[in-house]
Amino acid sequence: MSINATPTGADVAADETATRSGGRHAAVPAQRTGRRAKAPLSENKRAERRLGWLLCAPAALVMVLVTAYPILYSVWLSLQRFDLRFPDQREFIGLENYTTVLSNQFWWTAFGVTALITVVTVAIELVLGMGLALIMHRTLVGRGIVRTAALIPYGIVTVVAAFSWRYAWTPGTGYLANVFDGSAPLTERASSLAIVMLAEIWKTTPFMALLLMAGLALVPEDLLKAASTDGATSWQRFTKVMLPVMKPAILVALLFRTLDAFRVFDNIFVLTAGGNETSSVSMLAYNNLIRGLNLGIGSTMSVLIFITVAIIAFVFVKMFGTAAPGSDDGERR
Amino acid sequence: MADIVLDKVSKRFPDGTVAVQDVDLEIADGEFVILVGPSGCGKSTTLNMIAGLEDISSGELRIAGQRVNDKAPRDRDIAMVFQSYALYPNMTVRENMAFPLRLAKLDRATIDAKVDEAAKVLELTPLLDRKPANLSGGQRQRVAMGRAIVRQPKAFLMDEPLSNLDAKLRVQMRTVVSRLQKQLGTTTVYVTHDQTEAMTLGDRVVIMRGGAVQQVGPPQELYDHPRNLFVAGFIGSPSMNFLHAAVSEGRLRTALGDVPVGDRLRRQLEGADAPRELILGIRPEHFEDAELIDEETRRRGMEFDAPVDIVESMGSDKYVYFTIEGERATAAELEELAADAGAADFAGAGSSLVTRLSAESAAREGENRRVWFNLDKIHLFDPSTGRNLTLHEGRAAGALAD
Ligand SMILES: Nc1ncnc2c1ncn2[C@@H]1O[C@H](COP(=O)(O)OP(=O)(O)OP(=O)(O)O)[C@@H](O)[C@H]1O
Ligand SMILES: [Mg+2]
Repeated sequence: MSINATPTGADVAADETATRSGGRHAAVPAQRTGRRAKAPLSENKRAERRLGWLLCAPAALVMVLVTAYPILYSVWLSLQRFDLRFPDQREFIGLENYTTVLSNQFWWTAFGVTALITVVTVAIELVLGMGLALIMHRTLVGRGIVRTAALIPYGIVTVVAAFSWRYAWTPGTGYLANVFDGSAPLTERASSLAIVMLAEIWKTTPFMALLLMAGLALVPEDLLKAASTDGATSWQRFTKVMLPVMKPAILVALLFRTLDAFRVFDNIFVLTAGGNETSSVSMLAYNNLIRGLNLGIGSTMSVLIFITVAIIAFVFVKMFGTAAPGSDDGERR
Repeated sequence: MADIVLDKVSKRFPDGTVAVQDVDLEIADGEFVILVGPSGCGKSTTLNMIAGLEDISSGELRIAGQRVNDKAPRDRDIAMVFQSYALYPNMTVRENMAFPLRLAKLDRATIDAKVDEAAKVLELTPLLDRKPANLSGGQRQRVAMGRAIVRQPKAFLMDEPLSNLDAKLRVQMRTVVSRLQKQLGTTTVYVTHDQTEAMTLGDRVVIMRGGAVQQVGPPQELYDHPRNLFVAGFIGSPSMNFLHAAVSEGRLRTALGDVPVGDRLRRQLEGADAPRELILGIRPEHFEDAELIDEETRRRGMEFDAPVDIVESMGSDKYVYFTIEGERATAAELEELAADAGAADFAGAGSSLVTRLSAESAAREGENRRVWFNLDKIHLFDPSTGRNLTLHEGRAAGALAD
């Protein structure tokens, strides 16, 4: 694996990003219309909605052009036997690729690894990010410096950061490896995964903090004062007042981060290259598509990732669609 | 229930702003005290210090005889009502009102009983299961009150609780607040911007300016016997008229003519450092149409002629605005008052004179009218210090007192 493999890798990642956002945006309007359709709309409301659609149209059109084609093309590819090493064996085979992938042990291992990384990193990022957000929200002196410092990891290119982690853990020369008696943690599965997660958390906690800080700004100062005089301790103010008010912001942050974490690629690519069963699903898809040149199997994996991500997005949207204060449902009754 | 004592309480913010300066105030058990003053004078800061939401920079705060400077809000047993109502948006009305009780770890049955009772008093019973987002402004306000009263705290602190309501609702809620406070007999500190609330609600009014207390007393006393120019101009609507007055040969030259002064005032004005210029203050109701007064009354005042600018008939009486010539009264206090009220509402220092005459007055716009005013009710202020020179042992005595 050399540096010049990275652009190709990045292409795949970009493609996935497009796929993912396509999925997310498709889910939202579909659900909204379903809910609104129950109540008869007044003339005014209808005109307003038409205007809404018109205003969205240009953006939606661009999105469809940019995302729909790759999505449909991957679906098309996933239904074929198509290996660039044997181009003449190309053939439409229906769902056979899906049975192959879904009954494959490597796929499920990678899926498990991805799920583990997603759950652990997002959970830890949420806690750390909340702490960081509270600190940034409360600091009065040197606010700018604190915020800038906290955001540095997010500003560094992932691949560069990943290399610095790799060197840090390289036995003999790495400062972190030296701290741990020159062991080689990147050669073992558990410690490799731990390092990947560490790198992910280090990098994206600031992003989480930033999203949560936007949520914190939504909590009116008077509400916290009222809770204080009502007899709440600072922990009770946090759990009973701040968290419920921030809930929509927290859910949005969680959604973004979960979707992001699920496509984990760069860190694994640089740190372990998928060795010792540390591949994520994106990594596996990349290996099949770009390295294995098996477009059929690779596309199948991409489509499966897309479906998983869409399910995650749907669950989240469903969840905060019903729970957000200010949404139609929350205010009725 | 408890008394609240502020003993030289000051607040200095980290950025150096002194928001409250050496405030001394003794609030008796069960008393209803109003804090008023222009925007930014430190009313909210004072209230927050009593609640424990702001640290006290210096001085001592005692509630029920106990020093509470270092106590957290939750240990002070005080309830606060905010201008924004500060209702928890994720909780129903019932949960909002039960919140302080739940934090106090009361049992379920007691909580329900107390919430139901408070809801009944405030007519909130049908709304108990609604979320705050689905309530009108007035209803939200009542929920905020309800949340304060369920606990039966030592004191209520209210920071402009009615100022987000429309005028009619505000009048309604004013009586609700007043009745509630009388029923419960809970010590209350109430911050307001509103003249009427200040005059009608409280047992005593505290007027603040720039973080310092100007005067404390029952509303009528502040109205009749203002200690200084600021208090005189702040209390009363329409506000007191202020005129420039030059001291000369034992008389005061004003735009309304030469005003004679009594012995006591003359003695004050004879001192070497006595001011040569004064500000004469007189309230609109101390004018009368010269045609409508008897000889007895006439002798206690003096008369002048002026062109009538505007006549506003209120039915019970008439507000008549006159244009007057002469130098305008100037003082820092007057500028501040004008800025706070908006120049249009504060005509006090302008070149127009507001008078309240009997409804029988035949004053008509455009013509000249002879008007009498009461010299016993005149106030004279030193423009440099703002002090009311006519005040003797706390009572205003007019210009002629001996
Ligand atoms: N956190 C703070 N830091 C610095 N200065 C502050 C702070 N909070 C308030 N101040 C200043 O203290 C002064 C008093 O503010 P306060 O909120 O008590 O005024 P107020 O009398 O309640 O005014 P209003 O009628 O507009 O509510 C103001 O000049 C304000 O700018
Ligand atoms: Mg205020």
